[in-house]
Amino acid sequence: MGDVKRRRIDELAARAGQVPEGEGGVSLTRSAFRRLRRDPVAIIGAVIVVTFLVVALFAPWLAPRDPLAQTLLSQIRPGLIPGSQEGFPLGVDNLGRDLLSRLIYGSRQSLMIGVVSTVLGVAAGMALGIIAGAFGGWVDTVVMRFVDILLSIPGLLMAISISVLLGQNQYALMIAIAVTQVPIFARLLRGSMLVQRGSDYALAARALGIRKRRIVFGHVLPNSLSPVIVQATLSLATAIIEAAALSFLGLGDPDLARPEWGAMLANAQAFLSVRPELAVYPALCIIVVALGFTLLGESLREALDPKFRR
Amino acid sequence: MTSVLGAPVLEVDDLSVTFQRKGEKPTRAVDGVSFSVAPGETVGLVGESGCGKSVTSLAIMGLLPSRGVKVGGSVRLEGQELIGAGSRKLRSLRGAHMAMVFQDPLSSLNPTVQIGTQVTEVLLEHRDMSKAEAAAEAVALLDRVGIPDPRRRLKEYPHQLSGGMRQRALIAMALACSPRLLIADEPTTALDVTIQAQILELLKELVVDTGTALVMITHDLGVVAGLCDRVHVMYSGKIIETADRHELFAQPRQPYTGGLLASVPRLDAGRGTPITPIRGSARDAIPWAEGCAFAPRCDNAQDDCLTEVSGSVVPLEPDGPGRELRCRHPLQYPTAPSGATALGAAR
Repeated sequence: MGDVKRRRIDELAARAGQVPEGEGGVSLTRSAFRRLRRDPVAIIGAVIVVTFLVVALFAPWLAPRDPLAQTLLSQIRPGLIPGSQEGFPLGVDNLGRDLLSRLIYGSRQSLMIGVVSTVLGVAAGMALGIIAGAFGGWVDTVVMRFVDILLSIPGLLMAISISVLLGQNQYALMIAIAVTQVPIFARLLRGSMLVQRGSDYALAARALGIRKRRIVFGHVLPNSLSPVIVQATLSLATAIIEAAALSFLGLGDPDLARPEWGAMLANAQAFLSVRPELAVYPALCIIVVALGFTLLGESLREALDPKFRR
Repeated sequence: MTSVLGAPVLEVDDLSVTFQRKGEKPTRAVDGVSFSVAPGETVGLVGESGCGKSVTSLAIMGLLPSRGVKVGGSVRLEGQELIGAGSRKLRSLRGAHMAMVFQDPLSSLNPTVQIGTQVTEVLLEHRDMSKAEAAAEAVALLDRVGIPDPRRRLKEYPHQLSGGMRQRALIAMALACSPRLLIADEPTTALDVTIQAQILELLKELVVDTGTALVMITHDLGVVAGLCDRVHVMYSGKIIETADRHELFAQPRQPYTGGLLASVPRLDAGRGTPITPIRGSARDAIPWAEGCAFAPRCDNAQDDCLTEVSGSVVPLEPDGPGRELRCRHPLQYPTAPSGATALGAAR
């Protein structure tokens, strides 16, 4: 009995000096991902987002028909647009085009505009934020006043003005939406960099004679990124909604060969009393995809927030 | 204030730091501070919160913000003047010739970067080394400061290390380029008592081994007793007493120093013996221009401690061999310093 106990103690003592086998360091990003995987909200958001991404990527294979082919035209009469039937699970629109195929192809446009405009917005916003946050002083003042001016104009109004100025094409749409995102990211990154610049480790790095560029890019920036990552995810949702809103207003892609949810919504308006589903389905798509990005963004915020960290 | 140990590494002469914000009265945080540190010597700057000891260290390192701060006097590192030196020159000196260890080891390390990267960064900045050489040197450095399994630790992130290990890593970074001067700003405050002792022991060893000059900033008299050769006691931005460690503990002359020592709990005091605090708080200080800042809290204070009578700031004057004192009514001792005094050596 006593022998067993003693052996047990010896084992524990022998283990005490060792460190558990592992593959080295656990970075904060990796531990954030670990937390994210355990969060049901994050999983729901991720499933929605991934589903839509897969649909957009594989649209030509997933869509049952050509989204532009006009069929069942003989059945369309004023006051009647045929609904669900064999081969057309969601029915056709007023021009006899398969609604499901159009929704599937539409995800390509919406996601692409959302992602590209957010990437552009994040890049430009971060560049401004880094300039303001790294230099401080009058540079900071000038950049931030410029950002304030941008911020004072309502987002949709600015997007409309820009897409009118740049002409009607999908690149103009992306740039217009990107510009509305710039001030948010510039402000966010600058604020978070200012906090990190005053941190103890930044002072410690200065005390070791590390050069400023290295402190800004190697120390301050990596620690300032998490609010930007969260905001980028949330902004994707906004960008998709704005893209739909702009094409609903007729400022979207003039190329009718590319179906788009916002344009589909605008088109369905006229037939709302005949076939409300024509508007309901694209609207649902917009809502669900925006919800997916929002859920993912919210749980990212929690996972990256140091206050939730153990 | 010459030292027997050779030419001083650091000479601080009449250093003053004034904080001036727009529309506000300037605050003089450090005023007329002078001291020097010889190679291998450990000098303590002691005082309570807000007495200017940390600002002194930041001024020496040139880390105070340039806007709204006026630094006067002279700081010489191995004869080179640092006050007014260009930022490029200061940057090349920091980390290479002078380094600093801060109070909180967790927040002094970048949480998103591996320990190894942070250690090698210093080496790559100041020493002509390849990445591989720097990595090998980093292993040697961590080993030298007593971190077991250094190769593994270099790949880890600060949150995976214990508090003592983090402080060891920071000491390793500070000593990476064998600086001539190391400033430790309360390096043990955030650590357990047992770890504190280890870290102090480590600092002492490294100073003795390399002949680095160490400036120890602390409010802990235990640290002073264990480590420092000379001690400067600061109050409200000025040095008020300077003495050898043994003399300071045996016969403090400034009533403030006496009060500090009396307020340390003692093992040999009887059970239930109350400790004697200094009355009032540091906020009760009067401006030095009007006499002695400590006068409102001092038991020995008399009318001439205030300006109306004395007409000037109480000066810092020599007080026996190797001692300096800023006081008009110091504590008196009846006999030679051989006998134990009422206050004696704390710890």
